[in-house]
Amino acid sequence: MKVLVPIKRVIDYNVKARVKADNSDVDLTNVKMALNPFCEIAIEEAIRLKEAGTATEVIAVTIGAKASQEQLRTALALGADKAIHIETDEKLESLHVAKLLAKIVEQEAPELVILGKQSIDSDNNQTGQMLAALTGRGQGTFASKVDIANGTVNVTREVDGGLQTVALKLPAVVTTDLRLNEPRYASLPNIMKAKRKPLEVIAADSLGVDLTPRIELVAVHEPEKRSGGIIVDDVAQLVDLLKTQAKVI
Amino acid sequence: MKTLVIADHDNGSLKPETSKTINAALKLGFAVDVLIAGENVAPMSEIVASIAGVNTVLVADHSEYAHQLAENIADLVLLLAPDYSHLVASATTTGKNFMPRVAALLDVAQISEIIDVVDADTFKRPIYAGNAIATVKSLDSKKVITVRASSFDLQGEQAPAESRVVDSVFSSELSAFVSVEQTESERPELTAAQVVISGGRGMQNGENFSLLNGIADKLGAAIGASRAAVDAGFVPNDMQVGQTGKIVAPNLYIAVGISGAIQHLAGMKDSKVIVAINKDPDAPIFQVADYGLVADLFDVLPELEQAL
Repeated sequence: MKVLVPIKRVIDYNVKARVKADNSDVDLTNVKMALNPFCEIAIEEAIRLKEAGTATEVIAVTIGAKASQEQLRTALALGADKAIHIETDEKLESLHVAKLLAKIVEQEAPELVILGKQSIDSDNNQTGQMLAALTGRGQGTFASKVDIANGTVNVTREVDGGLQTVALKLPAVVTTDLRLNEPRYASLPNIMKAKRKPLEVIAADSLGVDLTPRIELVAVHEPEKRSGGIIVDDVAQLVDLLKTQAKVI
Repeated sequence: MKTLVIADHDNGSLKPETSKTINAALKLGFAVDVLIAGENVAPMSEIVASIAGVNTVLVADHSEYAHQLAENIADLVLLLAPDYSHLVASATTTGKNFMPRVAALLDVAQISEIIDVVDADTFKRPIYAGNAIATVKSLDSKKVITVRASSFDLQGEQAPAESRVVDSVFSSELSAFVSVEQTESERPELTAAQVVISGGRGMQNGENFSLLNGIADKLGAAIGASRAAVDAGFVPNDMQVGQTGKIVAPNLYIAVGISGAIQHLAGMKDSKVIVAINKDPDAPIFQVADYGLVADLFDVLPELEQAL
């Protein structure tokens, strides 16, 4: 079974994003970039399926500028067999990404697509669901467990209030939640080997997808700052202030 | 121009997010209809009909909708979509699941987790874990929107609006419900609670979370957790407050043994009053806390319970 894992290059999750002075966007110049944490989990799950003998081939795909090949190499070092880079310098929206991915799904015909549930830059949480819709597949979002048997994938989903398990007919689309697995680190020999693995580059505008923006970014502002608080000496003072000053208890 | 809100519920009870989402939808300036899709939802439809501002309630009552599988609900919403310019759902795990599917099937973009309505096309939403607020304008003719409920108020009541039955049944072959495992809790729901007390890695283990119980009982609070505590297996994932967990904005948020990583702050920094209890005076949580107490939580929690 072939597994496709779309991944994204994003700001490192430890870095606090800064808003540009002209309020046009977030400033990403000279900011450390990394693989989106949920995409790491998606790669890990695909590799585990391969190690279990369920998956035969794992393909990582990303859409973005040339630099995002770094993240594809990371995916290859973690165990993906080949990588596809859909190159574009445009900042794309989830719908565009899903449409481009749908083309790759058509081309590669993977039985399973595993994505992260959201990217930590745009915080959209849309691409997996949109891809499932566009490819006419069932979706298992926020997965904390994935079980494949007899042409079905059982996905345990993290939902408000607990866990829900759904059975999806393969081919299907799954998006990862945090507890699905703990991603491994790439070893040095594997990082070296990854350099020789195949990486196909496709120009985004060659795929026949209309990439006209549907959303205009009007402005980006800093969130309102909280006013500095006070350090209390003890519990008695804390409770007193909550009662008399803040009046919340 | 009309707006359709898709109600969030668990068949038994309506989620408070629904009322707040209706509040957000009314700010668009058009008539608001509400779809309630599920099984045995008639009692709930009466509650929805009594939420101020609701024009018509559409009731789709069928076993196929019982578990609100994205494939079935998306097809149902798609059927109703031609009558509406705006489709709106709460950014709960249910709304987040089916709405992007609806958007893609309509070939429109989705605007996720809005926190403010500027006008019928323009919205504010947090990005980068809430470290920036983007103002975005939808250029599509139809808007598909999810709402961060904690940013909007609950709606009041009205004389019940009329209800209409939607008897179309969509039953996708693509997915089937297998089972559900509810986390047992007698406490208020995290996203609806007026007071939230959360524990972090500093709690050291799952058992120690019971130290929060007495305080939560006295304050009528919900108990939350940081991602660190969830990752360490102390507590289940649905207690997680943060960018990738639940977003809360209670009157009082008490962070215990939580350092205050970006990911956690994204989920609670809109709380009215924040209290931090941490033994590390340099913990970033103190930068957002209104009241900070630098102390060992194991000394302080029993004292706090006593003092309340």
